[in-house]
Amino acid sequence: MERWQRVMERQGNAPPDDIPIVLAREGHHGPVIHAANRAARLNGIHPGSRVVDMRAICPELQVEYADPAGDRAALDRLVLWARRWCPWTVRDGEDGLILDTTGSDHLMGGEAAMLVEMETQLSLLGLSAQLAVAPTWGAAWALARFGPVRAICGPDEVGVKLGALPVTGLRLDGETVLLLRRLGLKTVGAVMDVPRLSLTRRFVKAGLEANPLMRLDQALGKLAEPVASVDAQPRFRVQSRLAEPIFDPTPYLPELCENLCEALKQAGQGCRRLHLTVYRTDGDVSHVDVATSATTRDPGHLHGLFRDKVERINPGFGFDLITLEAGGVEEMQERQNRLDGGSDDDLHLTRLVDRLSAKFGPRAVTRPVLRESHIPERAEGQVAALAALAETGEAVAKERPLRLFDHPEEVRVLYAVPEGPPAQFVWRRQTHRVARYAGPERIAPEWWKDRPGTRLRDYFKVEDQAGRRIWLYREGLHEDGRGGDPRWFVHGCFA
Amino acid sequence: MGSLRVQQRLAGQANGPGPMMHTLSEAFPDTATDAAAVGFVLARLPRSTAPILWVQDRLSRKEAGRPYLPGIGTDRPLIMVDLSRAADVLWAMEDGLRCKALGGVIGEVWGDPAALDFTATKRLAMRSEAADVPCWLIRRAASPDLSAARERWRIASLPAAPHPHDAQAPGLPRWSLDLFRSRRRPPGQWVATYDRAADRLDLAAPVRDGTLATGDGAAGQRAAG
Repeated sequence: MERWQRVMERQGNAPPDDIPIVLAREGHHGPVIHAANRAARLNGIHPGSRVVDMRAICPELQVEYADPAGDRAALDRLVLWARRWCPWTVRDGEDGLILDTTGSDHLMGGEAAMLVEMETQLSLLGLSAQLAVAPTWGAAWALARFGPVRAICGPDEVGVKLGALPVTGLRLDGETVLLLRRLGLKTVGAVMDVPRLSLTRRFVKAGLEANPLMRLDQALGKLAEPVASVDAQPRFRVQSRLAEPIFDPTPYLPELCENLCEALKQAGQGCRRLHLTVYRTDGDVSHVDVATSATTRDPGHLHGLFRDKVERINPGFGFDLITLEAGGVEEMQERQNRLDGGSDDDLHLTRLVDRLSAKFGPRAVTRPVLRESHIPERAEGQVAALAALAETGEAVAKERPLRLFDHPEEVRVLYAVPEGPPAQFVWRRQTHRVARYAGPERIAPEWWKDRPGTRLRDYFKVEDQAGRRIWLYREGLHEDGRGGDPRWFVHGCFA
Repeated sequence: MGSLRVQQRLAGQANGPGPMMHTLSEAFPDTATDAAAVGFVLARLPRSTAPILWVQDRLSRKEAGRPYLPGIGTDRPLIMVDLSRAADVLWAMEDGLRCKALGGVIGEVWGDPAALDFTATKRLAMRSEAADVPCWLIRRAASPDLSAARERWRIASLPAAPHPHDAQAPGLPRWSLDLFRSRRRPPGQWVATYDRAADRLDLAAPVRDGTLATGDGAAGQRAAG
């Protein structure tokens, strides 16, 4: 609802607060109400009921359609944004966030202060939140929805605090809640008081969603329910909090890089990737990632990799928190291979490749290697510039040109004998007269790779009247039954 | 001019006791598709196993092909950088020249882009001399304008030497070299015969007025860069 309100405000056609508005979604028997604004709630409209019924109660009701997929995506983004408080965050159902704040509340000055800050930050985004701190996922879920405002629950008072809440706080499906109500169990405390054995017997075959006993155990911490974060917690991460939103992280990068490299050095590690994340004031995050070709922890080098990338950050309305994470952390030992304390040259080469790859993309920087093939264009392969060479092919003993065209260029050819060398050919609108030639060198297609019908090639090294040495080939033979007359192509140039 | 003296001058022996510093040189091929310039540049690079940074712009790659490893040989690893703009090529070359571990930096720039002006070549030349890494600019379809390159060559293919076993096949490649501007040695013109197997570059004065050059085919030293 609040997301919709903000979208409408941004579009400039936000309705006034006193008009009851609901968001509807499709139900089994026509549209049902997904969310309602404050004016609608005051008129007695509650989510889950049918739109036609509510129209009867409140004739001036405005109905808009909800966007559950958009809500979910927004919540997923909010999950990442909530990493500003703690490293483990996860989306909880359709309308909740779970933050594992163990060990990080003291950074915000205690749990109560942390909740206040969370509420402030979320309200700056235009979102209202119900917050609670509890030792377990289930207890936090129940306290946030049914407990007091900003409830804080210590580890030994879970049972007491949960006891007063209604049974809906046990995260059960509707049928089970109805069943418990009919059994007279209205609160969690009442469920706790029932002897375990009878409850076990009653719900022995029920799944987790319909089993009050298992849900109760989860809430009380007797059954483990870990917070599986979206991705693994980074081991090395530094951040800088800013007093006010800024648009350009460049002045803060050197210090962040130095701090990160110091942390890496303390642990004897180096990193292969760096993730720069800025937390924007409008509740979004932007990333910039850079990668290195070898493990490193040199702050100057890492800072240099961001040189042109920082411009790609979308700052939105500014950001107030920058974090820098090290990814691909590997063990790394400083090596000294010269007596005067200098580093080895290879390191500089890796840095060069890093810089080039960071600026032009990893696909632009390659290293050609030999492959086992007689087909000229397959005899050469591309690998990453500093990749370890697994196995390389042998160079062909025959003479090969210095330059090869990516796509062989077709030429018109005059020849004396159909199977023989060309006498003259027209390439790029210039006529070349063949003075001398060597060949043919016949290269048959690789039947295990090529399509059937691929024609063999006869390669000639020819020298034209000006002395240019050109490698050209005839594709196919006359009347080999694989298409019409053979065609001629220029494939390379000799020195 | 005998080939031995030319050799000594090319190798920089005649100027002083120490070997000459590596620097920026430019090679202008006669036609765009002529691979003679590439062959000459590769022959002039010092023999080592250090990798070579080879930067190409898009037009050079499309019009003149890419370096082909089976033809070049695998004794020196190549690091290929394929870029689209001439300014990027110059940037990558300049970055490469900060790395002393490279055995050479070769850049191919098509035409006369605005980015390749006197300042850019001067930067390349000074970096190359500071790092002592040879740097070559292969400029196709270009006019030899103002440039800070210490040596500028015009290179074209000549009909090859006769093949020892096959009368109608081309043998060892021959190039006509024209050093039309140089800071360290007097300019000159030569006919070079390159023996790939021995990695030997024989230089001779070009044939003038129909008289045969004296040093043609004489034994020469390898042109150490």
